[in-house]
Amino acid sequence: MTLVQAHDLAITFDVSPPWLNRVLERQPRTLLHAVDGVSFEIEKGKTLALVGESGCGKSTLAKLLVGLYQPSRGYLKFDGLDAHATFKSPAGLQLRSRIQMIFQDPYASLNPRWTVLDIVGEPLIEHGLVTEPPALKTCVGTLLTSVGLNPLDMTKYPHQFSGGQRQRISIARALATQPEFLVCDEPTSALDVSVQAQVLNIMKDLQRKLGLTYLFISHNLAVVRHVSDQVGVMYLGRLVELADKQVLFAQPRHPYTRMLIDAIPKMHDTGRARTPVRGEVPNPLNPPPGCAFHPRCPHASERCRSERPQLLTLQGVQIACHAVEEGRI
Amino acid sequence: MSLLQVKNLVVEFAHRHGTLRALDDISFDIAPGEILGVVGESGAGKSMTGAAIIGLIEPPGRIASGQILLEGERIDQLGFEQMRHIRGRRIGAIFQDPLTSLNPLYTIGQQLIETIRAHLPLSHAQARERAVSLLSDTGISAAAQRMAHYPHQFSGGMRQRVVIALALAAEPKLIVADEPTTALDVSIQAQIITLLKTLCRQHGAAVMLITHDMGVIAETCDRVAVMYAGRIAEIGPVHEVINHPAHPYTAGLMAAIPDITQDREHLNQIDGAMPRLNAIPTGCAFHPRCPHTFAKCKSERPDLMDAGATRSACWLHDTLRDRPERSGALSSTD
Repeated sequence: MTLVQAHDLAITFDVSPPWLNRVLERQPRTLLHAVDGVSFEIEKGKTLALVGESGCGKSTLAKLLVGLYQPSRGYLKFDGLDAHATFKSPAGLQLRSRIQMIFQDPYASLNPRWTVLDIVGEPLIEHGLVTEPPALKTCVGTLLTSVGLNPLDMTKYPHQFSGGQRQRISIARALATQPEFLVCDEPTSALDVSVQAQVLNIMKDLQRKLGLTYLFISHNLAVVRHVSDQVGVMYLGRLVELADKQVLFAQPRHPYTRMLIDAIPKMHDTGRARTPVRGEVPNPLNPPPGCAFHPRCPHASERCRSERPQLLTLQGVQIACHAVEEGRI
Repeated sequence: MSLLQVKNLVVEFAHRHGTLRALDDISFDIAPGEILGVVGESGAGKSMTGAAIIGLIEPPGRIASGQILLEGERIDQLGFEQMRHIRGRRIGAIFQDPLTSLNPLYTIGQQLIETIRAHLPLSHAQARERAVSLLSDTGISAAAQRMAHYPHQFSGGMRQRVVIALALAAEPKLIVADEPTTALDVSIQAQIITLLKTLCRQHGAAVMLITHDMGVIAETCDRVAVMYAGRIAEIGPVHEVINHPAHPYTAGLMAAIPDITQDREHLNQIDGAMPRLNAIPTGCAFHPRCPHTFAKCKSERPDLMDAGATRSACWLHDTLRDRPERSGALSSTD
């Protein structure tokens, strides 16, 4: 069953200089297309991972999905409901309790002046799920236990915990309202590897136990391979490839996906010289015409320089590349 | 002869609640032209080791005992002025964030020329010529024009190239690179690592590469030192440490890293976290988290001892003791 369906989601930020400057300098408005027409579906109980380099719109998309931003185009359907319309209606509170988010930095996302009880208990009170203080304590205790923390920790403050423990508090807070869909924005990138393994294992266990659906954002393809069912690769605000994990890692099609996978240092085949891809991510304010990847792509043709490729389903994989479509690679 | 020798280095921080030992009895050496990786989790003392070598430990931290020898000459007791002549000239440094290691108020050209002239007896014109050639060596196109640009006009990857050019400006024999690619995206990281490796080989510089990314180590280094709680847990050739780790911490660390080339249902996890400096366990600092702990681990601290192809600070490799049955072989891949 499809739980989350995004159709042509887009968000544009107006980053123009002030009105007077624009008039005097005769400059048009400057628009930043942070997310530009992204469509995907996530089955219930599955994980879609989004990967890409900084500035490709991953985090903006995450904020769109939980309703922190309004899309400027497209819609998001959650369990058949138009999510962004519902968020504004009285039923929005109920919908919000079903969609929760885990943020990247566990040092910035927990209020340093609140105890763990306040932090984890806040969504419970806010959504009216628990009102009595003793029941709240029991509830928070159960949540802490489910992420591998001690219920006695609830009287402590965030600074008394290590990074990994803080991220578990974040997870406990996100789970408080018994959500169905969790948007995880780089949940482990601020953590050390041994701690990252602990957090990833907890997230996988919870998914199995509670039937959670994840949207998992990361720049680390190895982590993505470990947690996901489906992988979407983003470049400059657009999806360039969307495929099942097995297919994507066994046979990456899009030149950018290949480049990303090739760029990762491999642990067990040491000493191999790589051919790093030249160039850097272009400025999103002034993206190249045609396919945004063409200046870095070894397979770019005249068509790639002028015509923007659409996301097409080719051999069971959604991919936006002229070279793949024409069978050149 | 070794280019750099570190012998029994101890770095302490005096604190009103007692003295904290950030580095506890560290010894290793670097051969000329060698790339030594230093890997570990946050707080393991990797950066502190680098800072001690380039003489940049901030008070109240101080080198409490031990020696650092560069080409056979002690450099740990030098004064600030003497150390200034070594830094840049004989030991170059590359830091994590290229934006903070460049002065935003000077052009790239001014910074390069200043560095070159501070260390080498060159005229302004000669220094400029050298700066341009260094910049183009690092793969910056139109180097002569870009000399007039300020750091903010460069992207992150380009800035790190400038920092590498700065570090190599006076042809140092050793470069201490502290997390040089951590702030960069993977595609840029690959470019910078390849560049660092090629340039250091061309210039004959040895590198001490500090990072938390085992993949970077695997691809770049000749040898690797794994640090835990201010000590070296294991040191040896990079292939051996990765494929046949001898220390339980190294083995756990390897198994905890998700692998892009294979699917694993469950990652191996090392329970607990690295101890804080004010609560280092007795004996082996890793014993509360170690699956192979026995009585001696809790009371006596192991030093580095031979363990096959690597050296490991673990009582499991003590040849003089009656070894109890090891519960399962240490392995990296399962």
